[in-house]
Amino acid sequence: MEDEVKISARGVQVYYEDKQAIKNVDVKIQDKTVTAFIGPSGCGKSTFLRCLNRMNDTISICRVEGEILLEGQNIYHPDVDPVQLRAKVGMVFQKPNPFPKSIYENVAYGPRIHGLFESKSDLDEIVEMVLRRAALWEEVKDRLSEPGTGLSGGQQQRLCIARAIATRPEVLLMDEPCSALDPIATAQIEELIADLKENFCVVIVTHSMQQAARVSNKTAFFHLGDLVEYGETEELFVRPTDPRTESYISGKIG
Amino acid sequence: MAHETGSLSEATALSRKRRAAEKRYRLYGLVAISIGLLMLVILLTTIITKGVTAFQQTYITLDIELLESKLDKKGNRDINDIKKVSTFGYAPLTKNSFEKLISANNLNTALSPKKASKILSKSAASELRNFVINDTSVIGRTISFEFLTNSWIDGYLKGRINRGDIQNSKNVSPEQLDLVDELVKLGIVEKKFNLSFLLGSDASDMRPEAAGFGVSMVGSFYMMLVVLLLSLPVGVAASIYLEEFAPRNWITDIIEVNISNLAAVPSIVFGILGLAVFINFMHLPQSAPFVGGMVLTLMTLPTIIISTRASLKSVPPSIRDAALGVGASKMQTVFHHVLPLAAPGILTGTIIGLAQALGETAPLLLIGMIGYIASNMPSTLLEGLASPNSAMPAQIYEWAKRSDPAFYERAWGGIIILLIFLVTMNTLAVILRRRFERRW
Repeated sequence: MEDEVKISARGVQVYYEDKQAIKNVDVKIQDKTVTAFIGPSGCGKSTFLRCLNRMNDTISICRVEGEILLEGQNIYHPDVDPVQLRAKVGMVFQKPNPFPKSIYENVAYGPRIHGLFESKSDLDEIVEMVLRRAALWEEVKDRLSEPGTGLSGGQQQRLCIARAIATRPEVLLMDEPCSALDPIATAQIEELIADLKENFCVVIVTHSMQQAARVSNKTAFFHLGDLVEYGETEELFVRPTDPRTESYISGKIG
Repeated sequence: MAHETGSLSEATALSRKRRAAEKRYRLYGLVAISIGLLMLVILLTTIITKGVTAFQQTYITLDIELLESKLDKKGNRDINDIKKVSTFGYAPLTKNSFEKLISANNLNTALSPKKASKILSKSAASELRNFVINDTSVIGRTISFEFLTNSWIDGYLKGRINRGDIQNSKNVSPEQLDLVDELVKLGIVEKKFNLSFLLGSDASDMRPEAAGFGVSMVGSFYMMLVVLLLSLPVGVAASIYLEEFAPRNWITDIIEVNISNLAAVPSIVFGILGLAVFINFMHLPQSAPFVGGMVLTLMTLPTIIISTRASLKSVPPSIRDAALGVGASKMQTVFHHVLPLAAPGILTGTIIGLAQALGETAPLLLIGMIGYIASNMPSTLLEGLASPNSAMPAQIYEWAKRSDPAFYERAWGGIIILLIFLVTMNTLAVILRRRFERRW
């Protein structure tokens, strides 16, 4: 189980016009684990994360080379529909961004556009299940018709996680999901992440090394577009092999 | 080393200068705003004082004996025979009516009944004729009928014309004014609310008292309908494409620059374009509201596109990310999330664009929506769109250029109505914006 590879990237290079943001990255990400990407600002960790569900496609000046295999299938193959891909690879963003609609509609939107339910009661069930999964049900069950934007920051972020898992993805990408939250909300999200890895392949970008140490099984350290070091989280934090990793985790760079 | 500033409460030369400068600038601002407000007040008072009289009109109530011998000589009430009697046939009836009026009330006047009847509007006979043709059963009876007086009598009662002005006038004599004074005392001549100004059509140069604004309001309504139905879908579709789908390259850059330029093109240019393309080349009818609407659409499109794009831009990218992130297509993202959020802004822009189009005159002059062109309300949608008509601003322009001051009064009255429409539309836009505005 531990060794099952979910995503494997080979020779990935990303350019913004002429500027290279990611340099020749090879990485294998395992299923049912939490993989953290760490590194100083501008190191390319978010860019690489956004390659995994082709969100970079929306940036017209961004160009991706190399291949990224999701269960052996290259997601950058011309036949792949990025829309279908994103249903399989869900994403949670840095700033909580619920739709300005009801809590119910926020969660139901994904299943609606992907036709994942038969009847209204089916959809109700999905919404409840997903909100329970995101540890939000107890807090919102009596006000599902109220706007999602009226929740607190932490609740909004959990709503976004619920929205992401409602499309039944296999991979969940999180781009600094706690950076806009207070410590209590952060702790709740981290607890949730630990829980989610039972079912999903979770990839999280974080600027907090403590967070990476707390939640992840594996950690990848990026620096100036290079994947410097990748390994078991404990291993990487205790015995970094590359001097750059050591400088970063000891606070000398970044 | 302590800084030599002295006490905090003591003004130094520098701080005094700064304070004086600030005071001066505030004063400049206040003066500028006061001048602006003063001008606005002057403008509005002028418009209202000059225009409000158009909403009243002088009427005279006469008892008219509708003689069968004059109107239906054969006595068989055949509508075709009755229609053969022209307005000349009706003139004696009003003359007789004046004769009776003068003798019944012992009015002391040197005027002959015929001269006296000249205080009526020139449209009096045709009004009476239309009334009889609509209901032939009145023939042979004596009815009480309300006539318009002519515009000089109206002007006299409204204070626009005084006795000194008419010394050499062929249109009205002092004796007629004396008679009117008597009739006013008797309550036979009086000023009433001018409903026909709001509902009626324009009238020829000799009958300003009969001229109304209603038909041109209907003309404007149909044009606005055309503008709305054409410019909203086209404008919104173009904006969505340019903002959300179009690649960023030199072609879209050129389009973008030119849309901004078009918004600043003088409206008369659109008028001449409309004349050349719609009328001379495509041979669409002149003076038709749907052609006018098409010309105004050309003019309104850039406004709508610019405001729609601005409101699409103001939807935060995080909403697009969120939708794309759950696997919505570009199209679903736009139509499910971005467009609903941009809708209030689009609506506001559209209303303001329409308000601009409503007040536009120049392009309408070039496609012939000017002059005395419509005498009847259009009865069907098709007629409303295709039969020649004017529009509110064009009608105002038309009245303002006629020589008779009675038309001038109506031009101001028309401006009041136009302003009411514009203020209403702009208020609606503000309310919609406030009501549906979202903050993130």
